[in-house]
Amino acid sequence: MSVIIGSAIVTFIPRVLPLIVLSKLEIPEWGINWLKHVPVAVMAALLASELLLLDNKVSFQENTLNLLSAIPTLLVAIYTRSLLGTVLVGVMTLMILRFLL
Amino acid sequence: MSELSTDLNKNVMEKGDSFWQGVKDCIPTLLGYLSIGFAAGVVEKTAGLSMIEIALMSLLLYAGSGQFIAAGMIAASHPVSAIIVTIFFINSRHLLLSAAIAPYFRKNTTSKNLITGALLTDETFGVAITHAQSKKQLDYKWMLGLNIAAYLNWVLATIAGGIFGQWIPDPERFGLDFALPAMFIGLLVLQILSQKKYFTDIIVAVSSGIIVVAASFFVSGSAGVILATILSATIGLVISKWR
Repeated sequence: MSVIIGSAIVTFIPRVLPLIVLSKLEIPEWGINWLKHVPVAVMAALLASELLLLDNKVSFQENTLNLLSAIPTLLVAIYTRSLLGTVLVGVMTLMILRFLL
Repeated sequence: MSELSTDLNKNVMEKGDSFWQGVKDCIPTLLGYLSIGFAAGVVEKTAGLSMIEIALMSLLLYAGSGQFIAAGMIAASHPVSAIIVTIFFINSRHLLLSAAIAPYFRKNTTSKNLITGALLTDETFGVAITHAQSKKQLDYKWMLGLNIAAYLNWVLATIAGGIFGQWIPDPERFGLDFALPAMFIGLLVLQILSQKKYFTDIIVAVSSGIIVVAASFFVSGSAGVILATILSATIGLVISKWR
């Protein structure tokens, strides 16, 4: 129980603090410009660790099917701009690949 | 006259950015987190947590990777302090997400921002920042709809995992484990397409990917994500200064 409450507190603080403080402060222009690059940077980092790492080790072999599935998923995302369509095509591609191979 | 135009503005905001629109905009992320939440529930159950503890973990901690690690460390009977410190490091990337979203919530009260921040996750951040492209401010009610839909989905998914986990064989067979990377691909592409700064954004994305892989040789996965984000956002800043 103390684990749950302690973990909840240390998770809560980094979530709320910057939002509360920075929404009240005048952030310098370079700071705003830096923050504008955070979304692409963090999404790419999360995606790369999902696709290329396994237990924090580089592994192409274990991830071959996922990497193959990423190709049609990427194309669907670019051409449809639909998040739901992208997720559905990605999941179905991997399912089909697992059935076939 | 000015009163009329602000009224009009308010109406337009409410139409496009209502609570329910936020709930709808959450739908694409539900599948990915449903399967991960389910898996988290299974892992927590196997780690020996009771159903009440599983529910509390999702209600209070509400963080996918954090809950997996916590369950693993509880099962391996690590000391409480070590678990809490680890969870702090894993979830400290929220510092960056919370900071990046702050400029869009300037007009809100501190208590509203407290609620927005408390429910901020990778996926609600991704959806919100893409939604923010065409506007200066994000609507609190829209964000609340998005956040609450994601929150309920997660809590219910982990509880379902705790209850039914043992009877459902390998959900990987249905490709559900790809829902999360697919969602990140979608969010990344939408973000890059809407910003229309392809050159800079692609360099930022590629360097972030390279750094996270390189970092895996030296530091933990969560530290790698934070390092990659900070370094490649700086690279993006430098490039956009030069061009």
